[in-house]
Amino acid sequence: MSKNIKLISIVLFALFSFFILLKGLDKSNIYSPEIKESNVDFNFKAKYLFSEEEVFINELLNNEGMSLINIWASWCSPCRDEHAYLLNLKSLNKLSIIGINYKDDEKNAKQFLSELGNPYTNIITDPKGINSIEFGAFGVPESYLIENKSKLIIQKFIGPLDDKAFAKIINIVQ
Amino acid sequence: MVNQLGNYSLYIALLISIFIIIKTSLSFRNSSNVLSGNIFSLISVQSLMVIISFLTLIYAFVTSDFSNETVYNNSHTTKPLFYKISGTWGNHEGSLLLWLLVLTIFLFLFTIDSKNLSQRYRTLTLFFQEIIIFGFLLFILYTSNPFANIFPIPPEGTGLNPILQDPALAIHPPILYLGYVGTSIIFSSALGAIISGSVNKSWASHIKRWVLISWVFLSIGILLGSIWAYYELGWGGFWFWDPVENVSLMPWLCLTALLHTVFTLEKRGTFQSWAIILSITTFSLSMSGTFLVRSGILNSIHTFANDPSRGVFILCFLFVLILISIFIYFFYQKTITVSSTKTFLVSKETAVLVNNLFMMFFLSVVLIGTVYPIFLEVINNEKISIGPPFYHKLIIPFLIPFLFFMAIGPNIKWIKDKMGKINLKDIFIFIISIIISYIFVNKFGVSYLLSLPLFIFSLFLFFVTIRDFFGKNINISQKISHFGFSLLILSILLNGVLAKEHSSNMRVGDEIKFLDKIIQFQNIEVIKKQNYQTLIGKFSIVDKNNSLSLKPEIRIYDQPETITSEADISSTIFADNFLVFNIIKNDGFYNVRYQIKPFMIWIWISVLLISLGGILSLKKKNV
Repeated sequence: MSKNIKLISIVLFALFSFFILLKGLDKSNIYSPEIKESNVDFNFKAKYLFSEEEVFINELLNNEGMSLINIWASWCSPCRDEHAYLLNLKSLNKLSIIGINYKDDEKNAKQFLSELGNPYTNIITDPKGINSIEFGAFGVPESYLIENKSKLIIQKFIGPLDDKAFAKIINIVQ
Repeated sequence: MVNQLGNYSLYIALLISIFIIIKTSLSFRNSSNVLSGNIFSLISVQSLMVIISFLTLIYAFVTSDFSNETVYNNSHTTKPLFYKISGTWGNHEGSLLLWLLVLTIFLFLFTIDSKNLSQRYRTLTLFFQEIIIFGFLLFILYTSNPFANIFPIPPEGTGLNPILQDPALAIHPPILYLGYVGTSIIFSSALGAIISGSVNKSWASHIKRWVLISWVFLSIGILLGSIWAYYELGWGGFWFWDPVENVSLMPWLCLTALLHTVFTLEKRGTFQSWAIILSITTFSLSMSGTFLVRSGILNSIHTFANDPSRGVFILCFLFVLILISIFIYFFYQKTITVSSTKTFLVSKETAVLVNNLFMMFFLSVVLIGTVYPIFLEVINNEKISIGPPFYHKLIIPFLIPFLFFMAIGPNIKWIKDKMGKINLKDIFIFIISIIISYIFVNKFGVSYLLSLPLFIFSLFLFFVTIRDFFGKNINISQKISHFGFSLLILSILLNGVLAKEHSSNMRVGDEIKFLDKIIQFQNIEVIKKQNYQTLIGKFSIVDKNNSLSLKPEIRIYDQPETITSEADISSTIFADNFLVFNIIKNDGFYNVRYQIKPFMIWIWISVLLISLGGILSLKKKNV
């Protein structure tokens, strides 16, 4: 009898662990190199795309609410795919979308925006790609949802935004 | 073309696997002798098929065949040949193929090695091992086929993650896998032995070799990973209690307990249940390790698979195996014949039991620390992060008695020993340890959790293991391993206590005073290499007597674009001088971190000594 109880309890425990882990799989994390959240350095200067002025990214993040930093380039075809999502996100009041134009030719970048529309509140350029790498970016496109006040990265989206990411952003922002 | 060859050999291996499983399961009923020539040649063909497909993948990597999706995702034409080859297992698909390769080769060797044992036991072991192979083949073919094609063929690949381009890391996965996969043989064999009722001394002396092999490879594999973290990640540490590190430590702890248990079983015929349960647990832990690393459930540097269907597959497979083994254990428990010889409280058996209990405790701490955050997040949606303080606080207090038992345990006799045997020498050594530790702790003002007793007992163990070299007990392999362990604990302690660090922002030409030394940033040089550009900083560390020149690098890889820092480390037998620098902004300032890490090299040496003990033990017929 006691043997059976032992067996049943072990099996139940194993099944419990199984379902927990199964559920845990839905929340897969993506590793990003060197993400010590407090250490993310927004303190670098970059030139605006549409003017010759330079700005610290910090200054773009100083209002209430949240920002979506989106790293993009005119030469990147997945960026075209996600553009519609960004245009839709533009309507959210609490969210400002900051574009980082990655290793791009300014003329092509402007052409890209006039063709597809401009979802961005501000766009800064990163012609050498160094600043994006400082963020821990893998490549383009990539988006970071940031809470302006605490400067914490709430969520990283590696690769183009999709329905799931879109729903998640709306969910978090609201 | 060649790509297809690899793919089809995997399908052939799968068919063979199914055939062997059916054939062996039929033979349980009519107890016919299936392990005759036929099955053996099938096993050989299966290994050959997997070897062929593995070579095909290597070939695809070497020739940069980008019609292969795995190659496209993980390689690049400008990569050096060495990293093209190591890129084969530096990704999810290839590393699973490596798992499978080791699985089949080990089964092949096992079949040769076990010729003198009972047919029933061999057939059963073969059956379970083929089930594991079958599971992995299915997994590879349906969720992560390394031979998937892309069309149109891309002109260029996307490159291997540069932090993986390191010699230690190129051989780390194969070595670690030999250890992990070795536990699968132990698992199958334990199930085979319990069903066939042959959990006895001769089984122990047979399986002991496999336990030792896995244990040695696992130890060296962990060591290599740790060396890589130290040199490449530039964090200046060798163990971070990262979930993925824990995942390799857990089977090691379990395997260490199993090793001692199997020795006891071989000598004294006791601890059968321990041996079986530990065998099952060790393999389950290795598999969970694969699951945790490969499924992306953990947030760690090692996760490169993010396809949830893969995670679900391994998870189901893992739990099917665990449930099967639990049922088999409970169902066939009665076949274990309890040995009639009595053991007394003061005996080597008790010492081994104490060792096992401590190992199980350490294992639970690591397991909870690794898995609890996942459980909590699922149940409560709360994120917590468990770091080194948790492990230190839970492990250190129990490490102290553990060190004590480890010092006295090996000298106790089997069956029964006298309490009053504690001799004057031991007491003398103990008093000396107390005095040295007391002076040391006061001089350096060490103050963390239980530092004084920790020092006393690690020194005590250190001296006792040295003294044991001169004892008449001839088991040299055990002495080396235990001495290695005491050296490891002592080096880690000294390293932790005496390490010094300085970090500041510097420009070329700056000088900084640190302790009695001056750190000078002399110049910076840019060199173009095959697939990266490197900035070499020249620093010198000047103190009263001499100066030391260090040249750390910042590498900017093109494919994929990544910046890595290569620390420059100058090692002596007393201390490592560790210097690493990073780009901050484009204004000429660099973040420079300088560390003095005492006795670092002894940590590596001591792990090698521990493994050496295992290797020596393998060579001897009668341990």
